[in-house]
Amino acid sequence: MSNTYDPVEVTPLHADEVARMEAEAVAAIDAAADLDELKQVRLAHAGDRSPIALANREIGALPPQARAEAGKRIGGARKAIGEALAARQAVLTAERDERVLVEETVDVTLPWDRRPRGARHPLTTLQERIADAFVAMGYEVAEGPELEGEWFNFDALNIAPDHPARSEHDTFFVGSVDSGMVLRTQTSPVQIRALLSRDLPVYVISPGKVFRTDELDATHTPVFHQVEGLAVDEGLTMAHLKGTLDRFAEVMFGKGISTRFRPNYFPFTEPSAEMDLRCFVCRGASAVPGNPPCRTCKSEGWIEWGGCGMVNPRVLVACGVDPERYSGFAFGMGVERTLMFRNNAEDMRDMVEGDVRFTLPFGMEA
Amino acid sequence: MKFPLSWLREYVDLPAATAHEVAEKLTAAGLKLESIESVGDDIKNVVVGEVLSIEELAGFKKPIRYCSVEVGEAAPRWVICGATNFAVGDRVAVALPGAVLPGGFEVGSRKTYGHVSDGMICSARELGIGEDHSGILILPADTHLGADVVELLGLRDDVIELEITPDRGYALSIRGVAREVATAFGVPWRDPADIEPPSFTEESYPASIADPTACDRFVLRSVSGFDPSAETPMWMQVRLARAGMRPVSPAVDVTNYLMIELGQPLHAFDRSRLTGPIVVRRAEPGETLETLDHVVRKLHPEDILITDSSGAISMAGTMGGLNTEIADDSTDLVIEAAHFSATGTARMSRRHNLVSEASRRFERGVDRELPLYASWRAVQMLVAFGGGTADAGVTHAFADVEPPSIVIRADHPDRVAGVAYGRDAVVHRLEQVGCTVVAQGAAGGQDGAEAPSAIPADVLEAPARPDPAELLVVTPPSWRPDLTDPNDLAEEVIRLEGYERLPSVLPAAPAGAGLTEVQRLRRRVGRALAAAGYVETLAYPFISTRDLDDLQLPAGDARRRTVRLANPLSEDEPLMRTTLLPGLLKTLVRNVGRGFVDVALFESGLVYRPEPDAPAKAPVLGVDRRPSEQELATIAAALPRQPLRVGVVLAGEYDRSGWWGEGRPASWADAIEAARVIAREAGVEITIRADRHEPWHPGRCAALYAGETLLGHAGELHPRVVEAYGLPARTCAMELELTVLEAALPGPIQAEPVSAYPVATQDVALVVPAEVPVAEVEAALREGAGALLESVRLFDVYTGSQVGEGKKSLAYTLRFRAADRTLIVEETTAARDAAVALAADRTGARLRTA
Repeated sequence: MSNTYDPVEVTPLHADEVARMEAEAVAAIDAAADLDELKQVRLAHAGDRSPIALANREIGALPPQARAEAGKRIGGARKAIGEALAARQAVLTAERDERVLVEETVDVTLPWDRRPRGARHPLTTLQERIADAFVAMGYEVAEGPELEGEWFNFDALNIAPDHPARSEHDTFFVGSVDSGMVLRTQTSPVQIRALLSRDLPVYVISPGKVFRTDELDATHTPVFHQVEGLAVDEGLTMAHLKGTLDRFAEVMFGKGISTRFRPNYFPFTEPSAEMDLRCFVCRGASAVPGNPPCRTCKSEGWIEWGGCGMVNPRVLVACGVDPERYSGFAFGMGVERTLMFRNNAEDMRDMVEGDVRFTLPFGMEA
Repeated sequence: MKFPLSWLREYVDLPAATAHEVAEKLTAAGLKLESIESVGDDIKNVVVGEVLSIEELAGFKKPIRYCSVEVGEAAPRWVICGATNFAVGDRVAVALPGAVLPGGFEVGSRKTYGHVSDGMICSARELGIGEDHSGILILPADTHLGADVVELLGLRDDVIELEITPDRGYALSIRGVAREVATAFGVPWRDPADIEPPSFTEESYPASIADPTACDRFVLRSVSGFDPSAETPMWMQVRLARAGMRPVSPAVDVTNYLMIELGQPLHAFDRSRLTGPIVVRRAEPGETLETLDHVVRKLHPEDILITDSSGAISMAGTMGGLNTEIADDSTDLVIEAAHFSATGTARMSRRHNLVSEASRRFERGVDRELPLYASWRAVQMLVAFGGGTADAGVTHAFADVEPPSIVIRADHPDRVAGVAYGRDAVVHRLEQVGCTVVAQGAAGGQDGAEAPSAIPADVLEAPARPDPAELLVVTPPSWRPDLTDPNDLAEEVIRLEGYERLPSVLPAAPAGAGLTEVQRLRRRVGRALAAAGYVETLAYPFISTRDLDDLQLPAGDARRRTVRLANPLSEDEPLMRTTLLPGLLKTLVRNVGRGFVDVALFESGLVYRPEPDAPAKAPVLGVDRRPSEQELATIAAALPRQPLRVGVVLAGEYDRSGWWGEGRPASWADAIEAARVIAREAGVEITIRADRHEPWHPGRCAALYAGETLLGHAGELHPRVVEAYGLPARTCAMELELTVLEAALPGPIQAEPVSAYPVATQDVALVVPAEVPVAEVEAALREGAGALLESVRLFDVYTGSQVGEGKKSLAYTLRFRAADRTLIVEETTAARDAAVALAADRTGARLRTA
């Protein structure tokens, strides 16, 4: 610690000098015209290198008996400067709020579509949504080729070459009609691929593109989409099939929406059923005479949704699965059809033409 | 198929149920309602009249008659009529003034052809019974005058149209559906085939079966002295019309009527036109037959034929031959009722593209026990309608067929459904279907071939506590050839018990692994492109050779090796796409044409890339076991590669013009950026190299690489492509193979520690020869700057006099930062100098001095 004091160095601590610094500071503060100027003034008169701050550092050089008085003097001046700053800050802030912000007003209703967002096709996102409902139930998403071996598309699914069901499929043949290759007419061949490639038990869902030789019109398209589900496990029953589809209906369309089965025929399931969905708009009310009509279900109370059934044991045999030990169920529904009744899309052509006016409103998820 | 309710009621003791109630129950049983048509309700005031006089009016363009008709009123009615097929004394249907005909057409008293016509004489079509409008409907002479025609002809009916699934051949008949209706309502019914033909020992006409795999029963009966001028009774004509068949002549109408009623197709030959004995056999090489539709058909060795000494006379169960057809003067008829092979008729029908009511039934399965009964009913009807005599004798050629039986556990339906129906319900339902059911072991006496029962005999004798594992031997009825497997029987039980009885139980699936990394990536890619302004499209994958030309693909380009469809929807587009671009470009043109000139589209989908040496055929494997891996590989080898691609096309403004100022047209750079958007989602860094690749502009085409693997291309399209597709000028496109990118997925992203030390920034301007790719300069800077470099950013590109001809100036900001200290100026300067030195070495760059 130093015991020597230099009297010359303490000049700034004289009373008149401190008063002058304070006066200059206050004058500058009062002269600041806006908040930016005040910021500069704050730096010059109250900052680390301001005269008053520098003077404050000199206090230590004073003899101990003089320090208290000088400190008091400097402290008073800094307080006064601080108060002047705060006062001016308040005045200028209020003034800015009053005037400047008003002057800076813009028209916030101006459009700003410099780069409009695109959209995903609702058929894509609807397939994902359906798949997700099953993934949540423990299913995995299975895939297969679109140009498929006839064995996968027909024979392994118990659709024999001369079966009437085979000719009802309106099949695109690849190369020649006897090439053994087709554009798959259904997503069901993925069942075969899943059973051949996965370990049992198998619970898979498979959305995808399928092909039939139909001309495009309001309700038909040669290229469309299906979602296929398959579960093969020990002890599976039709009650499990019903439970699964009821749960799915609830996930897609809300609580209380269930399914109804009607007998039908598919070669790859036995027993087979047509699956109807309880109308999620009128909840069946429109089917009661006297109630208002419903355009979603055409006042039938139910909407045809897809087909399902217990996997035909012959299919299991063709895949090397022991039908004595395992049973399974399968189901499928049309994605276009689902989009039609769920999102009120009326014309199939809108779904295939790629007109951006159709797709844009669906955004990221239908 | 159409089922008049009155016809069903003839055999079923139906309660007072409406057509809707009947249809609803049938739908629940698996016979789906298509439509219900109520007919005849709207016909009023049409009565039977007798033509008393006919005055032919002259002077009109067509013959016109002015007739008086006795309708049982005080005085005859005078009516104008344009038909000429009736004579004085004929009984006809007369619509009186005030009458209403089908469709709400009202008949009034009106003046026409110079006379007042006080009503109308009706044709069959005007009464809604068929299409015949060639003349007036002539009623039998004994018809009661003044009788109501609707009542008389049974015109009032409900016609239920059902969709019959291909397995239920038996339901293509009144007989089959009547059984279902009776079961659904729990009421008795009468089987229309339940008749007892007299037994004969002699043949009616010589016939034999040469190939029992083609035909296992062949029955002939004959009628002699049939009156060829006989008419089909009105009630039958009306029923046929209601069922959707056109009445023709008694012989044809009877065979059609019985086919609808019983499900047994019948065929009538003119006996005088048959020569020698009939043989059922397969076709011989080169054989031909002119069928009823006047087409000469070249027969296939597998075709099943009815032949006589002259050769083929009929394609079995499909269509008869023209030569032996009954004619207007046929008096001696031979009626054929047979059971042909289902697959045989199916193939024949398919081969000749010839679908008839008969072939539809045979390929779906006809009751093999019917021919004797159906033919007898045909003979009886013909004799009743057209006189003549039923010849004594019947020809009955057949091959023995063992009725198949199925052994099931008594609780098999319970185990399929997840419902405890119990043994009694199972047996009851199977018997309702027509099966015989016996407990295995109990049936031991039948043929002695049964396996010994696994169940102790005392259990079988204690019906109070049936063993669920008890085995039942079920023999399906002859009309249900579709019942072959245990699950077929389970379905019969479950559907008759009602699908609505099935409980709803959610199975406990094992925990799944969720979406795979690849599946997640595909979704991210779609979202990222949509967020970047692209709208997803799903074009058909069909293209033409012209598309490949329009894309300017050179001969030998791999994308010209395509898969061709054997039966394309349009001969113009028979190929499967090898690139997504044609579909995208056409969709872009469509949008521009509809007034959307600023378009950015994307598609994600498969392309089909056949291997040059792939086999032309994929084998069709057996289904009695799992194929071996080698067998499966033979299918895989024939299928083309089907990689997933993503493509974008864009035109017009990418950044829109607006009140804020000028926008920015879509450019090659946006197309390349779309690839980066995708690669970023994959966590893969792509490198860009200049390339020349159709359909892109040779100077504005980027090849996209992940490491050394080519992913695809992006840039501006070649002006020739723009012209060929009619695209907006400077349309840009990108296409890459997602399948390849997926293989490069790097796995989880590794976190970097975030340095808390300050950044040090250095700017450099480098002058390089104009042809040097910027990517190379940047790569050199990065490598040269070393580990302290945080980022490089190109903030200006300048060409002009200040840097000299053939040169460009690139201005970069280099940011440096260390993880463990504040960098001093000397360190960052040294790093910058090293970066510039490497760039100079690699690209000839020199530091630009101001």
